[in-house]
Amino acid sequence: MGLPPYASTGERIWYYAFRGICIAIFFFLLAPILIMIPLSFNAQPFFTFTREMLTLQPEGFSLRWYRDFLGSASWLRSIQNSFIIGAAATVLATTLGTLAALGLSRAQMPFKGLIMGILISPIIVPLIISAAGMFFFFSSVNLAQTYIGVILAHTALGVPFVVITVTATLVGFDESLTRAAASLGASPTRTFFKITMPLILPGVISGALFAFITSFDEIVIVLFVAGVEQRTIPREMWSGIREQISPTILAVATILVLLSIALLTTVELLRRRSERIRGLSPG
Amino acid sequence: MAQADAGVAPLSMGRPRKEKLVTADGMPLKRALQRAERRRKLAAFLLVAPLLAFLLTVFIFPIGQMMWRSVDNPQVVNALPRTLEALRGWDGQELPEEPVFAALHADFMADADRPRREQAIGPLGIRLNYEVSAARGAISRTARNVASFEAPYREAFLDEHRLWGDPNLWRIIQREGRPLTMSYYVAALDREFDEDGRIVQRDENRRIYVNLFGRTLALSVGITLLCFLLGFPIAYWMSVLPMRYANLLMICVLLPFWTSLLVRTTAWIVLLQQQGVINTLLVQLGIIADENRLSMIYNMTGTIIAMTHILLPFMVLPLYSVMRTIPPSYMRAAKSLGATPFTAFRRVYFPQTLPGIGAGAVLVFIISIGYYITPALVGGQSGRMISNEIARHMQQSLNWGLAAALGTMLLVGVLILYWAYNRLVGADSLKFN
Repeated sequence: MGLPPYASTGERIWYYAFRGICIAIFFFLLAPILIMIPLSFNAQPFFTFTREMLTLQPEGFSLRWYRDFLGSASWLRSIQNSFIIGAAATVLATTLGTLAALGLSRAQMPFKGLIMGILISPIIVPLIISAAGMFFFFSSVNLAQTYIGVILAHTALGVPFVVITVTATLVGFDESLTRAAASLGASPTRTFFKITMPLILPGVISGALFAFITSFDEIVIVLFVAGVEQRTIPREMWSGIREQISPTILAVATILVLLSIALLTTVELLRRRSERIRGLSPG
Repeated sequence: MAQADAGVAPLSMGRPRKEKLVTADGMPLKRALQRAERRRKLAAFLLVAPLLAFLLTVFIFPIGQMMWRSVDNPQVVNALPRTLEALRGWDGQELPEEPVFAALHADFMADADRPRREQAIGPLGIRLNYEVSAARGAISRTARNVASFEAPYREAFLDEHRLWGDPNLWRIIQREGRPLTMSYYVAALDREFDEDGRIVQRDENRRIYVNLFGRTLALSVGITLLCFLLGFPIAYWMSVLPMRYANLLMICVLLPFWTSLLVRTTAWIVLLQQQGVINTLLVQLGIIADENRLSMIYNMTGTIIAMTHILLPFMVLPLYSVMRTIPPSYMRAAKSLGATPFTAFRRVYFPQTLPGIGAGAVLVFIISIGYYITPALVGGQSGRMISNEIARHMQQSLNWGLAAALGTMLLVGVLILYWAYNRLVGADSLKFN
């Protein structure tokens, strides 16, 4: 939307004011996240820029908080836990979710609305309520404070994302392809792995990434269901913020921001690829 | 299957035929078709079944169980069956007579004989303590010494702890001597039972939850409004920019969306705290004095700022996807017909964005009303929300019945909102990429 040459003064002012406002809002969105990156290299245990940092003197910067992070047994353990729980929950959620999405997108599926409602309920119900319910349930079946308990809980939270993304991918799916495969003598399993799977793979992967990031970022369930053994990165950050806030948290945050940039790029590329395959957008 | 398909056309013809249509192996066509349909239905259902069973077990059932806790009331019935029997017919005014105390003694003695896991007096003390704050101590002290009591039991109990002489305690025992209770909901609505068993409002200074629900609602509305005010301009800007720039800006919206919640909360703590970036900047610029640095965090301001930042993408994404589909020619047409830019916006453009506004607003509102982490970390006292109170009763005061009652009320509210959202835009529009 360029400014037309005949625009009046008022329109001109509004045009630039509007852009200014928008840029300010984007600044509000991004600045808090980006500002942590330089602060995490602070040589002093402060949460603000020191004089040395502002004048860009090298002694103002250090990697001490990163060393702190990588040298701490509890942080390292939390990284390990986050990846174990995240990976297991993702595998479970993706398998169950993809199967369910395949069933849901068949025309013959009975009670579609109700079942869809149940399957996506974990993202509707406030987390505190899920956490309270699971806390009682897992305690009663002796799964509280175990890896299995946390993994099952995170699987439940990740499932809706897989169901939604894979169902969305299947909307554009051409059923005649599977019929063609069947008419050429392929078994249903073979048809699935040779025809269906490659086509819906982008949806499955982005669903899996969503499930992973959900587990990776989840804290409320962990607070209620996990024990000391299962502390994840967010749980460790939670104690860090509540008990002794040190810039180590900024180092962790920076690493997590970089990780989310990597994930975001992957999802974006997958989405484009998926649209290209399904012919929804040119090029 | 193929045979059944072939038979569809003749079946759908209006005129019934004399001879029945059959498949090659002699089965009536209608039945063959039904059977094939049934088989497909079953196949579709079997694909969904594992996940459905999983979620029903690990998610739906636990939540149902938790909701059940908000009315479940087994403690008094389990611990004091004889006492409740003896209390039947008591008018609730004077202290009960000796037979009731004898039954109470018998109940205490019977409980001591049970195996440890089945003892009911401990839970009874916890349960009554929700209603009378000294009850737990009184009951455990009595339980320790009850073996040495001798008739008349009434005096023995009254000597042991003065609480046994309080008719209010007996009224509570009588009232809660039923397997289901509404007392948790009564408490969750800041009400209590008076001497005649009527439900009345609590004293002003003991009313917590209704105010908290009110504050949670107000905060959620405020945050939704802020998200709308901030989200609308940038969604509009993105929708009118060429795709290349719009995608770049989209990444700026998605980066916070994908960044860990705790990272974003940490970021606001870093920025807003008294020794943080913004305060230091303001002091160095000489805008505020060093001794009166602004307190922008650990209060309601902190909650509002951090939550608006966290939830803004949820508003921008649906708004943008709606705005992208509005043809710019409508605005041009309105202007060419003589509308001022403002009128054209108000009468032509804005109404078309309403589905996006509705979707974004309900999404932000639903998420913020049940928010826990951010208020707990940056909310301080004034920024607390109902979830924090639920967590407190779960983890600290251990009044699980009350936590369940508050949680059930919150859940019902959210489900009604979600139902409205569904009617408004359809659940299919819940997309994340």
